[in-house]
Amino acid sequence: MEQLFKELKHHFAVMELTIKHPDLAFLQVPREQLVSLLTHLRDIKGYTHLVMVTCIDYLEENTFLLTYLLHNYAAKTDLGVQVPLNRAEPVMESIHHLWEQGRVYQRELYEMFGIDFPGSPDVHEPMILEGWQGPPPMRRDFDTKAFSEATYSHRPRDHKEPEEYMKQQLYPED
Amino acid sequence: MESLYPPIVNGKAVYDLNSQKYLRVWQGPQHPGVTGNMSLELDICGDQVIKCNTHVGYLHRGFEKLMERRRYINCFPIVCRICVPEPDTNEYLFAAAMEDLMGLEIPEKALWLRTLDLELSRLASFLMHLGGQSGAFGMGTVAQWTIAYRDYVLDLFEELSGARIYHMYMTPGGVRGDLPDGWIAHARKVLDGAAKLLDEIRHVMLNNVLFKQRAVGLGVITLDMVDRYGIVGPNARCTGLKRDVRKDQPYLVYDQLNFDVETETAGDAYSRTLIRWRETHQSISLCHQILDKMPKTGAVHVTLPNVLHLKVPAGQTYVRAESTRGEYGYFMVSDGSEYPRKLTVRGPSYTHAMALLEDLLVGVNIADVAGLMVSLHTYPPEIER
Repeated sequence: MEQLFKELKHHFAVMELTIKHPDLAFLQVPREQLVSLLTHLRDIKGYTHLVMVTCIDYLEENTFLLTYLLHNYAAKTDLGVQVPLNRAEPVMESIHHLWEQGRVYQRELYEMFGIDFPGSPDVHEPMILEGWQGPPPMRRDFDTKAFSEATYSHRPRDHKEPEEYMKQQLYPED
Repeated sequence: MESLYPPIVNGKAVYDLNSQKYLRVWQGPQHPGVTGNMSLELDICGDQVIKCNTHVGYLHRGFEKLMERRRYINCFPIVCRICVPEPDTNEYLFAAAMEDLMGLEIPEKALWLRTLDLELSRLASFLMHLGGQSGAFGMGTVAQWTIAYRDYVLDLFEELSGARIYHMYMTPGGVRGDLPDGWIAHARKVLDGAAKLLDEIRHVMLNNVLFKQRAVGLGVITLDMVDRYGIVGPNARCTGLKRDVRKDQPYLVYDQLNFDVETETAGDAYSRTLIRWRETHQSISLCHQILDKMPKTGAVHVTLPNVLHLKVPAGQTYVRAESTRGEYGYFMVSDGSEYPRKLTVRGPSYTHAMALLEDLLVGVNIADVAGLMVSLHTYPPEIER
């Protein structure tokens, strides 16, 4: 992993390597270099399997940390490539041409975090939340309780004490 | 002759539904072969599918959002609900990710009990799948046998953990308890019965000429598609690749057990069924091996500090395990507080049912849609979490 990091440093502005296990490491790369780094890893370094794409919301630092996890079947190692994105401008290049499942992950990220991937097929089509009107729900500043109170009308519950209620039903004269 | 496919304007196919040439039909959201709700929006011309759109979202309960606001131990009853027929993989991975971040070592006996639990749940899940696969081709008999027999496996779970579906047996730090008295004898009886049932299934289903006629050559996955679509598990092994997380990156005690990675080379629905049938046998054999080799005594869990005030050290990790559908993974990020910062579930159905199925279904006869959909073995809850 350290060897790979040294080699990548010649071509890319990779930084902050954290080695969690001998076969699992994470590194960060600036946004412009992501697609070329992923292509390099896939075609030359053998990281052919895109395990998943996800996003971590660091609200206090005003950053989205997009995480692409790659797996190398030959060396049996995992590499997480992370890209910090400004929360105010959540636009990222698409990777649907590298992996077919990329388009599905990007559709979900657009829906859940509002990160746009221009050029990705059907990226603006609703996937899970059909007919959703509110802000992207997986962002940390989305308050579920406030949203549901503002969106849905309150339905009061008619609560009856079981003992009292049954008494009234069965013995109304008493 | 006119082209079968509609004209494409601005990158989108434009159908004239009034021309009586095309029809839009929905398959789902209810289908007994797919455990959960998922629907396919099919555009058909004659009896051929020309476009498929997978629609999910019927089961979305926002688990990943819920877990960001709950303490680690409060997340535990949530994770098993991510995959209904095979919840144990979720429990194991959640516990393993937590243990990985906290640096916990769990006792030897707990490792064996966890492996036993995982293999039993694989057995139950495979039984359910074989039934669904034969049912999708119009053979309901096998479905009734396997679903009924799965209940005996669920009985074992009930005896072991007190619950039939959501066991919550593998807690962070080990497992909840040792095997009850007499459980091993019950288990062996059920496992032997399952092996006998599988042989009958081979006669009725796998050697059946009707099943072969419909399943052979249906939905072929080629070798170059595997990495392009991120295909894992039996769907990847049916192209001849020897990829199995249990062999490649052994977890728990899989390195001490004797089993082979089952492969086929045809890549069609029949070879996938064949692999799953063999892996069901493999699960039975692994359960027997575990019962033979398991240490008889020892601690089954380590004592955690007060779990309601448990703080997990900051860091991020990814753990994976082989479920019946292939690689299942949990990506956990902790910021050092009592709540998880982010937990992402990587379900194998995500790529199989969305990207792969949409492309495989083009050109398939509508009678085979259900068979192909089930042969990819999808559990929709893990797509939407």
